[in-house]
Amino acid sequence: MEVGKVKRVAGPVVQATGLKASMYDLVLVGEEGLMSEVIGISGNKHVIQVYEDTGGVKPGEPVKETGAPLVAQLGPGILTSIYDGIQRPLTKLAEASGDFISRGLFVDGVDHKKKWEFKPIVKKGDTVKAGQTIGEVQEQLLIKHKIMVPPRSKGGTIKEIYSGNFTVDETVAVLEDGTKLNMLQKWPVRQARPTIKKLAPTIPLRTGQRVIDGFFSLAKGGTAAIPGGFGTGKTVMQQTLSKWADVDIVVYVGCGERGNEMADLLHEFPELVDPRTGRPLMERSIVFANTSNMPVAAREASIYTGMTVSEYYRDMGYDVMMTADSTSRWAEAMRELASRLEEMPGEEGYPAYLGARLADFYERAGRADVLGGGQGSVSVVGAVSPPGGDFTEPVTQNTLRMVKVFWALDSKLTQRRHFPSINWLDSYSLYDKDLEPWFVENVNPDWNKNKRRAMAILQENAELEEIVMLVGSDALPEDQQITLEVARMIINFWLAQSAMHPVDTFCPYKKQFELLAAILKYRDYAVEALQKGISVEQIKSVPSKDALAKVRLEAEYEPILQKVMAQMDADFKGLK
Amino acid sequence: MTKEYKTITEIKGPLIFVEKTEPVGYNELVEIRTGGELKRGQVLDTSDEIVVVQVFEGTGGLSKDSAVRFTGDVIKMPLSPSIVGRVLSGSGRPRDGGPEIVPEVMRGIAGAAINPASREKPRAFIQTGISTIDGTNTLVRGQKLPIFSGAGLPHNDVALQIARQAKALGEAESFAVIFCAMGITNEEAQHFLADFERTGALERAVVFLNLADDPAVERILTPRLGLTTAEYLAFDLDMHVLIIYTDMTNYCESLRQMGAAREEVPGRRGYPGYMYTDLAIQYERAGIIRGKKGSITQFPILTMPGDDITHPIPDLSGYITEGQIIVSRELHRKGIYPPIDIRPSLSRLMNSGIGKGHTREDHRAVSDQLYAYYAEGNDLRGLAAIVGKEALSERDKLVLEFADKFEKKFVNQGRDEDRSIFETLQIGWELLADLPESMLTRIDDKYIKQYHPKYAGTAKK
Repeated sequence: MEVGKVKRVAGPVVQATGLKASMYDLVLVGEEGLMSEVIGISGNKHVIQVYEDTGGVKPGEPVKETGAPLVAQLGPGILTSIYDGIQRPLTKLAEASGDFISRGLFVDGVDHKKKWEFKPIVKKGDTVKAGQTIGEVQEQLLIKHKIMVPPRSKGGTIKEIYSGNFTVDETVAVLEDGTKLNMLQKWPVRQARPTIKKLAPTIPLRTGQRVIDGFFSLAKGGTAAIPGGFGTGKTVMQQTLSKWADVDIVVYVGCGERGNEMADLLHEFPELVDPRTGRPLMERSIVFANTSNMPVAAREASIYTGMTVSEYYRDMGYDVMMTADSTSRWAEAMRELASRLEEMPGEEGYPAYLGARLADFYERAGRADVLGGGQGSVSVVGAVSPPGGDFTEPVTQNTLRMVKVFWALDSKLTQRRHFPSINWLDSYSLYDKDLEPWFVENVNPDWNKNKRRAMAILQENAELEEIVMLVGSDALPEDQQITLEVARMIINFWLAQSAMHPVDTFCPYKKQFELLAAILKYRDYAVEALQKGISVEQIKSVPSKDALAKVRLEAEYEPILQKVMAQMDADFKGLK
Repeated sequence: MTKEYKTITEIKGPLIFVEKTEPVGYNELVEIRTGGELKRGQVLDTSDEIVVVQVFEGTGGLSKDSAVRFTGDVIKMPLSPSIVGRVLSGSGRPRDGGPEIVPEVMRGIAGAAINPASREKPRAFIQTGISTIDGTNTLVRGQKLPIFSGAGLPHNDVALQIARQAKALGEAESFAVIFCAMGITNEEAQHFLADFERTGALERAVVFLNLADDPAVERILTPRLGLTTAEYLAFDLDMHVLIIYTDMTNYCESLRQMGAAREEVPGRRGYPGYMYTDLAIQYERAGIIRGKKGSITQFPILTMPGDDITHPIPDLSGYITEGQIIVSRELHRKGIYPPIDIRPSLSRLMNSGIGKGHTREDHRAVSDQLYAYYAEGNDLRGLAAIVGKEALSERDKLVLEFADKFEKKFVNQGRDEDRSIFETLQIGWELLADLPESMLTRIDDKYIKQYHPKYAGTAKK
């Protein structure tokens, strides 16, 4: 390994000479050995981005090569971890340096001393190929960590395989050709892990959020963007998704996040109970927290680190959801580094390769046949924070070209305290058609019909509201007044959902369907009543309508809903 | 002893370029002597051939003969408990005629990041006595909540009122106010100091003053010094620290000026590409550390150029801070003080600091309900302007009236009026009581039964 010399230091970018390192190789800068990455080579000079503060680093200090790119360490013990952007566990950092993060610290992403009980599932003489599971470790009470033959290795015939307690570095199996297998994989974070083939998005990812599942559903292995200026409820939205999405593993990447919000998340997460198992949610989660004041180069790397860990669990056959909050902060890190490198800026100062990088990232999502057999998925929810809420800016535009679902968070809705503040007119899901057969088969044949009916009402409502703004609602024909009223019900009784309410925070498919069906039933009654000549005022003031509003807050809603609907039937029959 | 160099090759704006013989560290503190004067600077770029230094006190009077000494150390702030009550310059030197600070400790001012895993979740309610903050945009300890304002609006009065009135409920703990002025006028500074003296606040304050005619580069130092002091008071001396800095816009202008002088590739509107990270490093120094008694709460004030909230300074700030308090020109013109527009204002940490055990159980619901009808009432004003008030439905008329009353009674209050949270909620309930009960859709029935003036026996006579 060569040792080079620092030539120049300006912020997080260092130039060095005398190195032979390749692009994206990890190098250690200065006396303190600051973690850094080669991001440019010109003549005999290497351009290096440093993941830590460079204060005090002098020209002439050594730069050591490591001979490898930035890798994620993959093995049992990743779950429940809270890492920084380059997979250093934050609690270990705190033990090493106290409450403030100092630099030059090396902490491994997985514990190399801890022993795990390895149970083989293949035996001597079996032939194994790359990606195949050779054994299991009970990583958490409900999650089995599959020990796989590393991808891109040759595989072969098992000569020896052991069972018992091992550290991640100890050999658990030996192949005929002498290859030793242990429980640790190292994978370069900037490279996608291979699969056999990517699959079509035909299974929805249930989130329990009516506006999402009902209107703008995400597929397993799909990609979604949440754009929103500040104050649109983006963070709450993402946290709600982490809690409720029906995936096995949740990977949360706080990229350029607020420290206090991270603290809130870290505080709240361990206390959250997984609704499906009654176990702490943290047992199936991994958090990457690189707050906005932590080094910018590590922020740039955090998205890749998070994705690599997500892919690793996908390869075991799990469904993984990765939330990245926020990809705009990530893009800004790229911009900041590009400007330090004095690269020619593209649109709004972002580097010209912005679109390519975003595409690379979102393309790593997907449901796939994994190498070891079976299927796994990585679904990605990326937040973008367009400056000034301007959706035409480059990060948002490049993201929208890639993702299939767009949940348009709307600050106007936030101001009215309508949550989730997803605008039902601007949002879309391109998985709609792919997912329809699933809903018909698994929930109700009328699912898609009702959805389209409700959306049509909201669409008409938006047009009518413009007229109302000019002439007032009393001037509208009666049937249109009913449309306004029904739209108001859909918005307030169905689309609005309280993340704070213990029951309302999660709404199963069946309940979603029945609540919406009830509102549409009211519309049918109302239209019928109008034809009989009953006044709009009377229709609007049936008591069962208001009772319908509170059904969503009930856990055992079915008898209540039945009662309300029976009441509604009676109400309308009684109108004269 | 480190060497002195007389090898300045170029002086450009606030920067000097020094050729040198020995390696110099990035961010190192530099001392420059010219005549009898000592100036300080910091290394921005270092290489074998040339070192770029930004000079905090300005380059006026420097020549190629000036002697440059690299100290081999980063900039540090002298700190001791006696710093409380002092008025210092924007670069941390005594400005009140008092002695230099005799340090108990010296701290680097760059500000290491608090480990997110060591942070405590902020949740202690701070009562500011201002209804629009306590009631609808509640502040909690450890939060950073900027005031977004515009030129000519009374944001300084609001800041002063908060500094005067802020307290935790039912606790008497040691607390301190740090005031960092960056590029404000002498007159404004006098106003602040006079108020601090009038109310005795100076005794528990540390003031850093960089005035409009002080060197712009010094402003880059000022918040860092203030925050280093804040960390010392909070985490070494267990104090609850409220830090107010005004005006962040001037700070950002200085960043831009430095970027231009260094011929960096500019980002949006000429501000440097790293402005987000730079602001984050300041703002993120707010918070609470697990196991420590003290806390740092930040109130940065910034004036939005042209009242434009999409301007890079408020925009980037809004992404880092936990909400914002918006001072509105429209309300100010109506003669309402404090002219805080609650609609675009937001406190992201509000939920953790309100409700049972913090303020009162009905707080969230009341706040949401007030918010909803004020927002709707505002929209209706547009409609009423077109079709006339008479054409509105009865419900809409009620909502419209509600919005007017809300501004006059809830938003509007005296400059010295210190409302308790319970008074604030009571005013809210009285306004809501003018609406039919069926319209209070966001409030649980049990709170209505308990707190609605009609049931609580507190209805207006």
